[in-house]
This record gives sequence, C-alpha cells and structure tokens, in this order.
Amino acid sequence: MHILILIATLLILTAAGFWLGRSRAVATAAAGRRRLHSLPSYYGWYVVVWCGLPSLLLLLAWLALEPSVLQLITIDSLPPESRDLPAAQLGLLFNDIRNFAAGGGTSADPVVQAAADRYNALRWTSYLMLFGLMAALALAGLLWARRQISPRLRARNRVEHVITALLIVSSVVAVLTTIGIVLSLIFEASRFFLRVPLTDFLFGLAWSPQIALRADQVGASGAFGAVPLFVGTLVIAFIAMCVAMPVGLLSAIYLAEYAHPKFRMAIKPLLEILAGIPTVVYGFFAALTVAPFFRNAGSEAGFDVSSESALAAGVVMGIMIIPFVSSLSDDVITAVPQSMREGSYGLGATQSETIRRVIIPAALPGIIGGFLLAVSRAIGETMIVVMAAGLAANLTVNPFQAVTTVTVQIATLLVGDQEFDSPKTLAAFALGLVLFCVTLGLNVIALRIVTKYREQYE
Amino acid sequence: MNSETGHAAAVPAAVPRAADRVAASLKRRYAAERRFRACGLAAVCFAVFCLGVLLFTVFRTAIPAFTQTMIELEVTLYPQEIDPAGTRTADAISTADYQKLIRDALDDLFPDISDRRQRRELMALLSPGATYTLRDTVMADPGLIGRRITVRVPFADDVDQFAKGRFDAAADAASRPLSDKQIEWFQRLEQRGLVHHDFNTTLFTAGDSRSPELAGIWGALVGTFWTMLVTMAISFPLAIGAAVYLEEFAPKNRWTALIEVNINNLAAVPSIVFGLLGLAVFLNVFGLPRSAPLVGGLVLALMTLPIIIIASRAALKAVPPSIREAALGVGASKVQTVFHHVVPLAMPGMLTGAILGMAHALGETAPLLMIGMVAFIVDIPGSPLSAATVMPVQIYLWSDSPERAFVERSAAAIVILLGFLVVMNLVAVVLRRRFERKW
Repeated sequence: MHILILIATLLILTAAGFWLGRSRAVATAAAGRRRLHSLPSYYGWYVVVWCGLPSLLLLLAWLALEPSVLQLITIDSLPPESRDLPAAQLGLLFNDIRNFAAGGGTSADPVVQAAADRYNALRWTSYLMLFGLMAALALAGLLWARRQISPRLRARNRVEHVITALLIVSSVVAVLTTIGIVLSLIFEASRFFLRVPLTDFLFGLAWSPQIALRADQVGASGAFGAVPLFVGTLVIAFIAMCVAMPVGLLSAIYLAEYAHPKFRMAIKPLLEILAGIPTVVYGFFAALTVAPFFRNAGSEAGFDVSSESALAAGVVMGIMIIPFVSSLSDDVITAVPQSMREGSYGLGATQSETIRRVIIPAALPGIIGGFLLAVSRAIGETMIVVMAAGLAANLTVNPFQAVTTVTVQIATLLVGDQEFDSPKTLAAFALGLVLFCVTLGLNVIALRIVTKYREQYE
Repeated sequence: MNSETGHAAAVPAAVPRAADRVAASLKRRYAAERRFRACGLAAVCFAVFCLGVLLFTVFRTAIPAFTQTMIELEVTLYPQEIDPAGTRTADAISTADYQKLIRDALDDLFPDISDRRQRRELMALLSPGATYTLRDTVMADPGLIGRRITVRVPFADDVDQFAKGRFDAAADAASRPLSDKQIEWFQRLEQRGLVHHDFNTTLFTAGDSRSPELAGIWGALVGTFWTMLVTMAISFPLAIGAAVYLEEFAPKNRWTALIEVNINNLAAVPSIVFGLLGLAVFLNVFGLPRSAPLVGGLVLALMTLPIIIIASRAALKAVPPSIREAALGVGASKVQTVFHHVVPLAMPGMLTGAILGMAHALGETAPLLMIGMVAFIVDIPGSPLSAATVMPVQIYLWSDSPERAFVERSAAAIVILLGFLVVMNLVAVVLRRRFERKW
C-alpha cells in the first residue's frame, strides 16, 4: 500500500501545479496587458503534464523492473554455496526468502533469514529512492513548466498534442498485446522444439507428457505427438457444429423471416442469455447433467459410452455456440436486399422456396464466414472440455469414447506449480502456438469472406 | 414461342397447362412450406429448451446448498478446561481444547455409548467447524466461561446430505458414507428436536475450506472484486482512448488499418491464449506474484479491451457529423470538439460496452487457471497483491470435488454469479434504453 502514498503525493503535486500554472498565466497576462493564447486552464494542464507524466512513467518502469533487480541483488549477496545452486533450486530458495520477508516470521535457516532481512532492507531503500526521485522529477517538471508560462505560450496546442499522443499509445496497446502473445508463444515454443523435433510434435501419434522422475522409469522421455489432441479437438468441434449449425441457422431463419415481431422480441433476449452464460456453467452442466445422461442412455441402448465422452462435451459446446451462429446468420440474412425476396415472391415462389433458393444462396458467403468463426470458437473453448472431456489422449474418432483436446492439455500442463524449463510445461506453449495460429487463420479468412460479402450488397 | 405451342399441339394430353401443373404441385409445396416452418420453430424451441434445462438443473442443484443442518448442543464451559490459570487472556482462551468440550456435550446426549470407537463415530457426526464455532462464541464473550450455554453447530456434510434425503437409510451400508449406528443416532437427535435446518450463512461469509459445510464464497467474491477493479481501471480508459483515436483522429493509412485488423482478430483469440501471455510475460518476465488479482485483472483487461473498443467505436460512429461540424464551426479545436461534444454524447454507448465487457470478464475462467488463481485459498484476500481466487474458478474447483455437498455449493455459486451477470446486463439495457438517442 506504499504505492498509494506515492500516487497521493503525486496527485497533490499535480493539483498544486494546475493551480500554480493557471494563476501564473492569468497574472502574467494582466501584468503584460496581453491576451493569453489559450484559455487559462490549459496553462494549468500544461504544468500538470510536465509535473505528472515523467514521474508516472518512472513509477511504472520502477514497478516493472524492481522485482527482477531485487532478485538479482539478493541472490548476488547470498553465500557462495547457495549462490551456485542450480537455477531451479535457486528459484525455490528465492521464493522462500521472499515469503519470509513478506511474512515477517523467523526462519529456521540462518541463510534465508539473513537474505530475507537484506531483501526487506533493499525494498525499503528502493521505495525511498523511488519516492525521492519521483518527488524531485515532479517538482523539477512543475518549476520548469511554470517558468515557461507566458501569454505567448501555445499551451492548448501543446496539451492537445500530449492528449493525442496518449490516445495513440492506448490504441497501440492492442498491437502490443498481439506482439506479446506472438513473441511469448514463439519464444517458449522454440525452446520446446529444441528438445522435441517439430515433426515429432506435429505428426507423432502418442501423447504422454509425464516426464519420469527417475531416468530408468518406463517411458522416461515422455511422448509429445500432438495428433491425438488435434483429432480430439476436431471430433468435439465437429459434434458441436453438428448441433450449433442447423439449430442456429434454422432459428435465425425462423426469427428473421417467419416469426411475429412480438415472438421475435421475446425469443431474441433468451438466446442472448444463452450467449451470456459463463463457460464454466456450461462445463458444470456438461459434467454433471449431460454426460451422465448420455452414459445412462447409452447403456440402456447397449452402447458403452464413456462418462467423459466427446459427445457430452461436444453437444454442450454446440448449445453454447447456438446464439453465436444464430446472431451472425441473422445479420447476413437481414442484409439480403428486400428486392430479391420480392422478386422471388413475384415469380410465385413460396416463402420457404424463396429462403432456400434465393436468400440462403445469396447469404451463403456470410453464413460460411459465421461458420468458420464458430469453428474457431469451438476449437478455442476451454472450460467445457476441461470439465467434461477426458485427459487421456486416445487417438479415436468414436464420439462415445473419451478424447482430450488441445485446450485441455494446455490447462492441465500449466495448472499448479511447475518449473519453467521442462518440456512438459513448454509443450503447453507449443500447443498454444498451434491454437493461436489456427484460430487466427480461421478468423482472418472468415472476416475477409464476411467483408467481401457485405460490399456486394452495399 | 412458336416451337412451344407447336409442341403442345402435337401432344396435348401429355403436357397439361402451366396453371394446372402449378395447382397440382401446390399441395406438395405448401406441405414443404409447413415442414420448413416447423423445422425453424423446432430449432428455436430446442435452443430455449436447452436454456431451460440448464437453468433448471443449476437451480435445482443449488437449492439444498442454501440450508445447513445444525445441531443444538448444550455445552458446559468448565473454567478448568478452558483457562485453568484464570488469566482470561485472549491467547489462553483461543488455545483451549474446545473439541473436548464438544465431545463431552455430545456424550451427555448419548450416555449409553461407552465404546471408544463408537464415540469417535459419534463425534464424526459433527463438522470439524463445531470447535471453531464454540471457540468464536467464547472469544466474543469470555464472561460465558463457567456457564452452560446452548450453541448451534453444523453437522458434517455427510449427515447434512442424509438430512436432505440425498441417500436412503435403506441403501446398502457399504455404499453410503454413514454407518447404521450414525443414522440411528441422527434420527434420535431429530426426535429430540435438536436438529435444525438453518439458512446457510457460512456460504456467504466464509472463504474456501476442505469441509463443504465450512466452505463459503466470500473469499472468491472479494477476489473477484479486486480482479474486476484492476480490469476496469485498465481496460476502460485504454479502450476509450483507442476508440476515440481510431474513430476521430486516426488518418486513413496502412498503420490504422493494421491496428483495426489487429483489434478485430484479438477479439477472437481464445481466452486461454491470454492466460499463456499472462504466464509468460507478467509472471515470468515482470516477476509479478502468482495467484494475485493484479495479474488476473491485467490479463482480463487485455482480453476485454477489444470488446470495449469495438462497442465504443460503434457508439462514436452513431454521433452525427453535424455535432462535430457545429463545434468546429464555432471555433473549437479538434480535441475540444471530441472531448466536449462527441465523447459525452457517446458515453452511454461506451458505458454499455464496458459493462458487457466486464460481464464477459466476470465469467471468464480459463486464463485465470494459467496464472495460478486455482490455488486452494482459505484467507479472504486483502489487496490486489494477495493470493486469491475468483467466482468462476471457485465454481470449477468445487464442481470437480467428489463430495456431493461441494457440487451443490458450486451450483449455488453459479446462481450467485448468474445473479451478478443479470444485474450487469440489466444495467446495460437500462443505460441503452434511457440514453439511446435517435438523431
């Protein structure tokens, strides 16, 4: 909560800066009998920018770098026998130190105790340094900006430049996020591919990422052939699309072409509720209601349905995607020009003939685009499959058996504590990279189709 | 035309007139029309039916979780047991052996049981939390020491489940968690009127626990609050800034097009990939703490950013150009025009988008699993930096546990989560209705 004090100090300084800048602008204008270039408050804001912005940037940089710098210094000051531990153990030791430093208790290990005390002292020094630097920077900025103020200073233009720059920065965050995703995935995945060849990963038929603890254990190396995961993902996505596509499309057609406006007004929000339900709730539904239902129904009918069958996860995922498909289809169907419908009616076609022979062919590109978006949704969906699909990587297309998916494996490989350089955890990033590329590709194609189609009728 | 009529003249009987052909096929075509229409209606009904089944299942599973079976015990607080030294300090009182007091009270109710094993079985009827309830009662009022008081303490979850009729006393003894003896004792307690079905306040006030009857969602709610606070504080200003720039200031060039494509694609990136980003960048590069709402909030903020940007841009687009032209015409600068006139008019739409984005973030689970918010956390998180979990993750954790009582609590947590979502969406709808302007 020390940071709150910093921010409060900064706020007080900037508020003072605003007032000082504004009053000085008014005073100089009155003294020199000149009109100010900008409204007085812009001079205040000008000081605020100079006073607050540099310190704020310093604060952000400090907060981002402080943990790693402190870790380096603390580890450096450890006695040599602990400093030379392997990286993983050193990390654990440092975690210990940090926990003791935060908890304030006393540790049994004198090394940890000493390091924790040192760590706390360092943090305090760092905080004081940050406080001093920020205050100095803010004061310097304030005084400098205040000296600049004269009636001729184009304060409004300068402040507006800063505002525009801030707007640009916030729009760049989205790009930075993408770059961050791509770089982190590629970096970690490339570390994985240094140990496991790319071809083994993409075309291997066995997936068992558990690395043995002892070297002589069976299957000690772990197998990272991702084909069973890809097949499992596609099976579940296929089942989901078998449910979502007909239901979504038909309900969109019914609501757009047949339904009474009142019925439409009542049903559309219900479908939107379906879209707003969190995926974890669907997972709950799939694992506790749908999967047992299918298993019982299967055993009545003489099939052997696994309790983690692909069918249950796929059907529930399909239900989740229904509103997505239906709203996208609704958009493209209503975008078909009315004149085409009227032309078809004029030739004597019934409503369903018009829909099947005229509207759907006209809307087909949009529907396909929506379909691709829905597939990418199904492939990237995590919680339903984590809760309802299996963990074992079976290479099968039988919907009654348990299969696992890419997202399930990412989640299970990374949940819990793990050291960060085993192939097991890095494999999750390789899977993430595949997932990202596939969904991105589907989206790019789908968006292109949809925009092309829109242009056709505009 | 000529060949047509000539053809018709040649075989007049084989080809009837067009009108007759149409009339003959009409019945079939109308049937097809009705079938198609019925298919559409069936699809709509199927979707609504699924929604109904889902909500019904969740609510039906959740209802038992809102009550808890309690036992009314008369406990004598012997001073020599609690505080033999008579110091009455908080330390001495808190470390006393309350389990023994509870056991004595229970033994008083069943004086006929003397066998050690049976007495242990009897004690197993009660929740381990009974001891804490008693301790808290005494801690709150040390004056009670030496008196005989009546406390209501929770039964263990198996007994609770039995009381709610989850399994039958007639069922095979090996398949149910309670022994014949335990069921008999419970029924005797019931006959004496010592069993109560109280509203489950623990569910709303406690953090997570290994025992279902002691577990609550308060910890997860507070964790959700911190996470949402961080998400909101980061994504809302950034999204509005980005939307305003792209809609009002950005030149139409390649760079702007790149940003736009980027935002559209980011909106469709699977949420779990954002979790990977959080793990690789926020945890490993910046060394932020695991399981902290701060990191969860950051990840969710990046995830909701595109949603809010897209909604905000739509809201800005809806403001007619005449507003801008009028402002520019009376001498406002571009920035003044945008921030004094366009943004205030677009604000309801932007807020609606923000609320919908937050509702999306509120239900998100997968990325939070990646950054360690799945840990078992008993304490109520006190700041965005302390370890926490959030509602959807709590639901996931509970629905995964073997105890039926946890599954019920998971459903109850879903009901509460859905309640929040309904409120947020209603606020969004009201905002839209209230401030939507047709120009």
